[in-house]
Amino acid sequence: MHTAVNTLIHLLLTLLLPPLLLGVINRTKAFFAGRTGAPLLQPYHDMLRLWRKGSVFSSTTTWLFRAGPLVTLAATLAAALLMPLGNQPAPLAFTGDMILFAYLFGLGRFFTVAAALDTGSSFEGMGGAREATFSCLAEPALFFSLVVLARVSSSLSLSGMLNDFPPAAWFGSGAALLLMAGALFIVLLAENCRIPFDDPNTHLELTMIHEVMVLDHSGPGLATVLYGASLKLFLLGALFVHITVPFRSGNVIIDWCAFVGAMVLLAVAIGTVESTMARLRLTRVPQLLVSASLLSAFAMLLVLRQSP
Amino acid sequence: MNTFADQLLVLVFLLNFMVLGSSRIGIAIRVVAVQGMVLGLIPSLIHQVSPHLLLISVGMVGVKGFLIPALLNRAVRTVGIKREETPFLGYVPIMLVGAVATALAFLFADKLPLAPQHKDLLFVPAAIATLMTGFLLLVSRKKAISQVTGYLILENGIFIFGLLLTEAMPVMVEAGALLDLLVGIFVMGIIINQISQEFSSIDTSRLTSLKE
Repeated sequence: MHTAVNTLIHLLLTLLLPPLLLGVINRTKAFFAGRTGAPLLQPYHDMLRLWRKGSVFSSTTTWLFRAGPLVTLAATLAAALLMPLGNQPAPLAFTGDMILFAYLFGLGRFFTVAAALDTGSSFEGMGGAREATFSCLAEPALFFSLVVLARVSSSLSLSGMLNDFPPAAWFGSGAALLLMAGALFIVLLAENCRIPFDDPNTHLELTMIHEVMVLDHSGPGLATVLYGASLKLFLLGALFVHITVPFRSGNVIIDWCAFVGAMVLLAVAIGTVESTMARLRLTRVPQLLVSASLLSAFAMLLVLRQSP
Repeated sequence: MNTFADQLLVLVFLLNFMVLGSSRIGIAIRVVAVQGMVLGLIPSLIHQVSPHLLLISVGMVGVKGFLIPALLNRAVRTVGIKREETPFLGYVPIMLVGAVATALAFLFADKLPLAPQHKDLLFVPAAIATLMTGFLLLVSRKKAISQVTGYLILENGIFIFGLLLTEAMPVMVEAGALLDLLVGIFVMGIIINQISQEFSSIDTSRLTSLKE
């Protein structure tokens, strides 16, 4: 009974919360710019509006273009089932599920890039090339961080890693965990195409990565893309929040509230980063991603050296 | 010896990466200053506080944290350069080489016949990695000022080794080393100025093509 309710809350949160994060980020940016900003629920309205519109498909595209957003969303939703939220075990957990988690994002990314290439536009091909390059630089950082987590919590599944993550580890190997948290935050920003890697608001051709790949989608397809992107932000954010806020009260309701509060705080933090930093020059992006990989590799080195 | 000193040494490692990856000379000087100050604080943390240790700490923080950076900043202002434009090896490759060197430092430190109480500490790998970072900077950068920062980081590595023996090290030796360093930096500052006056650039790779 208890697990059923928790699974229900898990599913509801995953389905309903992600666009709110976008709303909070936009509100924070508006606050820094001295504007009132769009209402917090604006992303929901945007998606509903797009959902009611019709779609236009270019005659050069094939089924791949239509499948792109759907497969991406499906892969991200499947990844959502593996991610534990609010200190409750995930609906699906098995040994080694972290690798499936990472590569479900890979599958989604592959289909986004394939759909972009399918339009035959050189402009979208450029975006696809950028996305593929940067994500393959971000991948080692994610995996080194997962190895650190596996070592600290001595578990090989995401639920075990994040829920049994001992808060005491912050005292024992705080430096290593801090490095890993920094690397994960960089990965979080890079994977979700936020500033300093990519500006989600811009449609200026030289700088875009994610936005350029989805230019040809319209109507429900675009709504699916937007929703999938916010869900990805939510999931990677949940991973980050679990490590940086290892808060366990024992009470289920308090844990869920703390989780939602921490996610909103994370959105505010991302909004703050976006307001205070400029976008990096494109040639500097690989350098930052390689540094993130080095940070997490170094964290791994430190943790592996410690006797368990 | 405690874990807090270990966390500070992790900071030293990070500063190594930062100086390898940044093209601005101002950042490199600041990083070296912070590294010197961090190292100056460590002796008082790991040993019993004594006047001798306090003297070393104050000397380190004062000379490496304030005096030498001030000298270097003055040199940068006089020659009017801000960044290292074309190093022999790019910033991403050199960071990767630095990472490999750090990993090798850990492996090497495990093989060394150390005293048992020093076995699990980060001091020895940190010392070797910092030495290697200094070497890498010295060989990969072209501007004389960047090479001076490399030399300072090299010296920091030697100091970390010395930390294990601080109690046995007479204060005169430490003071002598600091004085040597200070004079060295002073001389280098003058040489940098001289190079830039004579050749209107402080790019040391051009020195090889000198003619009468």
